Amino acid sequence: MEAPLKTTCLHDRHVALGAQMTPFGGFDMPMQYTGIVEEHNAVRHRCGMFDVSHMGEILVTGPQAEEYVGHVFTNDVRGIPDGKILYGMMLYPDGGTVDDLLVYKCSDSEWLLVVNASNIAKDFEWARKNAEGFDVEVTDVSDAFGEIALQGPEAEKKVLEVLGVDLKDLVFYTFVSIPAPTAAGGVEAQPAEVAAEGADAAGRGKSPVCGAAASGEMMIVSRTGYTGEDGFEFYGSPAVIRRLWDMLAASGVTPCSLGCRDTLRFEVGLPLYGHELSAEISPIEAGLGMFVKMDKPEFIGRDAVLRQKTEGVRRKIVGIELKDKAVPRAGYPVEAGGVQVGEVTTGYQSISTGRSVCMAMVDIAHAALGTEVSVRIRRRTFDGTVCRKRFYDKNYKK
Amino acid sequence: MAKTIEGLYYSETHEWVKVEGNEALIGITDYAQHALGNIVYVDMPDEDDQVTKDEDFGAVESVKAASDLISPLTGVVVARNEVLEDESGLLNSDPYGNWIIRVKMDDPSELDSMMDAAAYEAFCARA
Repeated sequence: MEAPLKTTCLHDRHVALGAQMTPFGGFDMPMQYTGIVEEHNAVRHRCGMFDVSHMGEILVTGPQAEEYVGHVFTNDVRGIPDGKILYGMMLYPDGGTVDDLLVYKCSDSEWLLVVNASNIAKDFEWARKNAEGFDVEVTDVSDAFGEIALQGPEAEKKVLEVLGVDLKDLVFYTFVSIPAPTAAGGVEAQPAEVAAEGADAAGRGKSPVCGAAASGEMMIVSRTGYTGEDGFEFYGSPAVIRRLWDMLAASGVTPCSLGCRDTLRFEVGLPLYGHELSAEISPIEAGLGMFVKMDKPEFIGRDAVLRQKTEGVRRKIVGIELKDKAVPRAGYPVEAGGVQVGEVTTGYQSISTGRSVCMAMVDIAHAALGTEVSVRIRRRTFDGTVCRKRFYDKNYKK
Repeated sequence: MAKTIEGLYYSETHEWVKVEGNEALIGITDYAQHALGNIVYVDMPDEDDQVTKDEDFGAVESVKAASDLISPLTGVVVARNEVLEDESGLLNSDPYGNWIIRVKMDDPSELDSMMDAAAYEAFCARA
């Protein structure tokens, strides 16, 4: 029997809004509220908020935390400043991907790994297993945190309006702790009963930054996201995240679903684990080699990646644009000369551009830009061309 | 409550049929367009293609998913609604005003197994 679906701390809000709910990564999540197109456009042109509390958080503490993170993570964390965030992957020794994740450096001895909901249990087991020999403590603190992503060109203005916090100097891929909003609005210290929630889970003594956020006293806010737009992600106790959601909703921010989270990330060529990355797909095959730092002397999967980088890969994730308006979708065959040469990993009729486009894993012989391929959609094949997988330009504030 | 139109025939897979002599216009219902959300593409058969009762003859695609079109009738496609090639959203804004294919029926008695507006409304209410 399948495990019952988990719910986030904002589940009742989604139900009250009349969202279409769907299972995602083991959670009952909103697939759309009013309509994916409307929500998508809110993020591209104004701003929208996403419940991303289903994401997992793994806390790493201890004197050897930096060495340990460097061992399990592909990006180079050596000597990065406190408050810096890096994107990268955890790999299996054969180069396949355990997960893609964000690493938040709170201090030399306190790091937070933010992982995909569907991979929390697997990632935690992997992270803990590979901690052997390091003087670190690895803890799954996923339940201690709720998370909201506020995304779109008006996000910075909204934060100032709603929280009175000016984030104009918060640099892309960095974070700060800010006081959590109180019931009365504004940002003051929390009452004691709220502060108690989640405090132990994140072990305040060893993790002052994450502990203060889990306790309801502070929030962690980062200039990150998964939409290609400027924006922020807030981590806080479930009570604080519920309050933040209500404050943002009251100020007119559009609630946005996982449905449009996928159309948004897809248009700017960002990967989704299980589609463009998996245990069978390495970051090199996914075209994410820039997040795998070969000047690091050691990390899990390095030998396999080095081999792929020197010998080349046999297949690769590419973009494909169809001439027709038919919609290529995950799993549809990619063909050349009547022979299957790959498979669509994600595809849509792009909301922002109207183009019928997809990302696909194809044999390397058909991966060059401009290569003519076709996609089989039901009974017919539709002609297309290999193109860049960024179908819409990112609008980050860096 | 999804709209229906008197005088049309309805299928359990949410297609409607309007009879004109020995030909039938086939489209999708208001209930169907609402459930699908923004329709971005309609995959239609070509003229002279055969369609068969209870078999798919194409698909309507929303942002998130493709949904098969199931023919309530057997016959030959005599026309497809070319307007939908560029303006598939018409199926959202006016589902009964925009047919998808016109079919020359082989066996009009196949209509007997379809629902009228009242029966279809009751069917949707149970869904």
